[in-house]
Amino acid sequence: MDGWPILSTLIFLPLAGAALIALLSGPHAASNARWIALWTTLVNFAISLVLWWMFDPAKAGFQFVETAPWLAETILYRVGVDGISLPFILLTTFLLPLCILASWESIEERVGEYMIAFLVLETLVIGVFAALDLVLFYLFFEGGLIPMFLIIGIWGGPRRVYAAFKFFLYTLLGSLLMLVALMAMYLQAGTTDIVALLKHDFPPEMQTWLWLAFFASFAVKLPMWPVHTWLPDAHVEAPTAGSVILAGILLKLGGYGFVRFSLPMFPDASIDFAPLMFALSVIAIVYTSLVALMQEDVKKLIAYSSVAHMGFVTLGLFSLNRQGVDGAVMQMISHGFISAALFLCVGVVYDRMHTREIKAYGGLANRMPIFAAVFMIFTMGNVGLPGTSGFVGEFLSLMGAFQASTTFAIIATLGVILSAAYALWLYARVIFGELDKPALAAIPDMNAREISILAPLILATLGFGVYPKPIFDLTTVSVEQVLADHKANIQAEHASPPTIRAGAPLTIAPASAKPQGKDGHGADDHGASDHSEPEAPATAPVPAPAPEIPPATPAPQPTP
Amino acid sequence: MTYQTLLGYLPAIMPELVLGGGIMLVLLYGVFRGERSLISTALLTLLVLCVAAYYVVLGASDARVLAFGGSVVIDPFASFLKLLILGASAVAMIMALEFLKHEKLNRFEYPVLIGLSALGMLIMVSANDLMVLYVGLEMQSLALYVLAAFSRDNTRSTEAGLKYFVLGALSSGMLLYGISLIYGMSGTLNFDVLKGVIETQGMSIGLVIGMVFLAAGLAFKISAAPFHMWTPDVYEGAPTPVTAFFAAAPKVAAMGLFLRVLFGPFEAAVAQWQQIIIVLSVASMTLGAFAAIGQSNIKRLMAYSSIGHVGFALLGFVAGGEAGVKGVLIYLAIYVAMTLGAFICILAMRREGRQVEEIADLSGLSTTQPGLALALLVLMFSMIGIPPFAGFWAKFYVFLPVVEQGLYWLAVVGFLASVVSAVYYLKILRVIYFDDPAPRFTEPSYPGNGVLLAMSVLFITFFIFWPAPLLNAAGVAASSLVK
Repeated sequence: MDGWPILSTLIFLPLAGAALIALLSGPHAASNARWIALWTTLVNFAISLVLWWMFDPAKAGFQFVETAPWLAETILYRVGVDGISLPFILLTTFLLPLCILASWESIEERVGEYMIAFLVLETLVIGVFAALDLVLFYLFFEGGLIPMFLIIGIWGGPRRVYAAFKFFLYTLLGSLLMLVALMAMYLQAGTTDIVALLKHDFPPEMQTWLWLAFFASFAVKLPMWPVHTWLPDAHVEAPTAGSVILAGILLKLGGYGFVRFSLPMFPDASIDFAPLMFALSVIAIVYTSLVALMQEDVKKLIAYSSVAHMGFVTLGLFSLNRQGVDGAVMQMISHGFISAALFLCVGVVYDRMHTREIKAYGGLANRMPIFAAVFMIFTMGNVGLPGTSGFVGEFLSLMGAFQASTTFAIIATLGVILSAAYALWLYARVIFGELDKPALAAIPDMNAREISILAPLILATLGFGVYPKPIFDLTTVSVEQVLADHKANIQAEHASPPTIRAGAPLTIAPASAKPQGKDGHGADDHGASDHSEPEAPATAPVPAPAPEIPPATPAPQPTP
Repeated sequence: MTYQTLLGYLPAIMPELVLGGGIMLVLLYGVFRGERSLISTALLTLLVLCVAAYYVVLGASDARVLAFGGSVVIDPFASFLKLLILGASAVAMIMALEFLKHEKLNRFEYPVLIGLSALGMLIMVSANDLMVLYVGLEMQSLALYVLAAFSRDNTRSTEAGLKYFVLGALSSGMLLYGISLIYGMSGTLNFDVLKGVIETQGMSIGLVIGMVFLAAGLAFKISAAPFHMWTPDVYEGAPTPVTAFFAAAPKVAAMGLFLRVLFGPFEAAVAQWQQIIIVLSVASMTLGAFAAIGQSNIKRLMAYSSIGHVGFALLGFVAGGEAGVKGVLIYLAIYVAMTLGAFICILAMRREGRQVEEIADLSGLSTTQPGLALALLVLMFSMIGIPPFAGFWAKFYVFLPVVEQGLYWLAVVGFLASVVSAVYYLKILRVIYFDDPAPRFTEPSYPGNGVLLAMSVLFITFFIFWPAPLLNAAGVAASSLVK
């Protein structure tokens, strides 16, 4: 705690903006609300850039840590960031101004309340990423339901009530199970400090249950097959900015939860359940891609493609090696740009035509060349074309997965092909062909506001696609730390990373290495320097710990 | 027992003396002033309640003081509950004024009855003797029966009063039967002596049956399922402010009494009563959650909601120990704030000179009266138990000891019930926020209810920043009950 509490400022500034908007009245309230919201989010983005600048990526562990007394001696207000949470915070502050801008004209009713909902949501989401206390984390995590429920329900489409209820109840069910687990962890470890819990050894059988409870929450949030069904409904009914924030940020809460809690805190359970996660991920990738192929609603198609892309995230995470986890984090960030941009693109044509039916479009390239070009970039990003950020994440996740299980990785790779199929087909149907629909004859191209919203996203997608180093610089040390914590907490019988043998996809790699005993709790002091792979048992088929491609500089060569 | 010792006991029961004497004076005043003295009697009663609360605070200490040969006890537990009861009674009385004026019910008996029933409740939570328990309970119940039928020209109200009276008498009968069995088996009415008897001689079958009857009678008073049948009808039929009162103060008193009985004399019999409470709790949570979904009348819905909340509070009983009791007390305090807030909103539902009670009448409230809509938003999310609102912490502190006891299944059942209950709270919000606007409600003529509602909402919203006073007070109270 040195000097100005920058992280708390970041968390609570949007709330202050929301309070200001709440005080507005009079004929100009709507327009003032827009400006206040925009400036608040922009200032917040600037603060987060300062945070990035001040952040020392070489240090493992949490920085900018602030503590303040709160509920009890053990439950404190603790916030801090590390190399994994910081990119997500940056993503959030980056997308929020875009959301506000995207709603500038399309939202005309209850503007003040709309902006308040978004600002409150920003506070809660940043809070989730910054929280270093279980109870605080939960508070922000579940509090996010309220603004999102209202955003979908008030400003959504015709079936908004159904979508809002489904979203709320699914997520609530998952997170309440997590709450039981949080309480159990608190009572077992005697603290809610996440930093301390990362070093705590939970008994293996307890880990199983805790892992499942967290899984219930994060799998719904991510979402994973088969609990993904709320997502297409929510996306379709939500207003454009709602979809953007849902796909761009809220889905990442699930992935972030897996990295922050499941992997390092419940390593034995993570290893035990890795085959399950692999199976679910692969099903999600292939199945939802197939479903996406058959959609007639543009937003629904993108929603299903989001589920498929999140499949790569879980695949990467549970390969439990550096490439996999790096890839998963990268995939989440990149999906934050690309899916947000795709929903914004849909919003552009929706604002003009007020329909999301693919059939209603066709030949847009003739009237909207800029739009066609922009949409092309993000379609390619969605496909994972080299040179876009989508490629980096997918490539690394798959590489991590290959080391853990060839079979699953090969099936997952099919998903890449399928994603090309649905994305390109969508593009072809909407953009190419004859412009024969009379309604489209006079459709105007993107205006300056829309271009200025999408331009930063193009820069991010292409920029990080060619040069992902800034993100990896941030994440490398922290990912190593997560894996180090993961390994350090592994109980003796699981001294080797999981290896799922082809042919026996749903069985756990047998503990061929007999208990090494070395790795009990406190056996080694896993400081920042300790990611030097504890001696791997010679008998176990361990993937080479030293990555062939150092994640710090993967710089994939785009070969068009 | 000489005069001197009796007089020596009086300072200990100062709040009850002040309240009893004060209410008698208010009654005299009301009788002399006649029909149009509602406002002044209400203010006087408020004064009396405040003075009583002042004496509760004055007499509060960490010590456990016994009076009247051990039949009355004053400890932090009792003081905590007394303050809650007095506060809830005062709020329920003030919030009624607007309603009573419009419904031509402005009679001075209303504040007097509230005061008398509050007196009964104070006696209940200080009872350390089965006889005092019964006297206190009956005293509050009789006042409540009359209150339920207060709108005597309205058939629904009189029906509610009669129904409440008949079923209440039945429960009192069960209670008395239980008391007689306990007395017969143990030879004492005093809690402390009874505790000693149970600890030395164990629970005989007669004592178990007596305890079960006692528990059933009390479960009736807190409207825990399956003894909840009267609740929806009485809540719907009684005048709205009376319903608000029913949902708040008497629940607190009966829960407090229940805690004192189970954790006092029957502490050693935890194995026997724990199963009963688990059944009551699970049944109430589930019934409260499922039965409310189909309701269209908001008062009926609140009745089921209160049954559900009682189920959650009972979880703290199951967990037991200081943490469990503390959880129950926190839950009760927050529940009272939420439920009174919700009823103030329901009281604001007036259109064309009459009270409306359908959920559909709230349609589009967010555009016509955004302030009221926002208050309901906060209250409903708080009742679901979504952070950061106080309702979440209420649940947090009762579930925590349950998990601590390793009763994971019970915690999961509780949370499932709270997901189901989310459906009907969200249904109200849906009507308010997502539906098309209906005509505005009539503006109230007194500002009092608005102020009270704002206090409730502010407490619920900002509890998270200053939780310490309530948590500490509940902690002290709990530790005085469970040693």
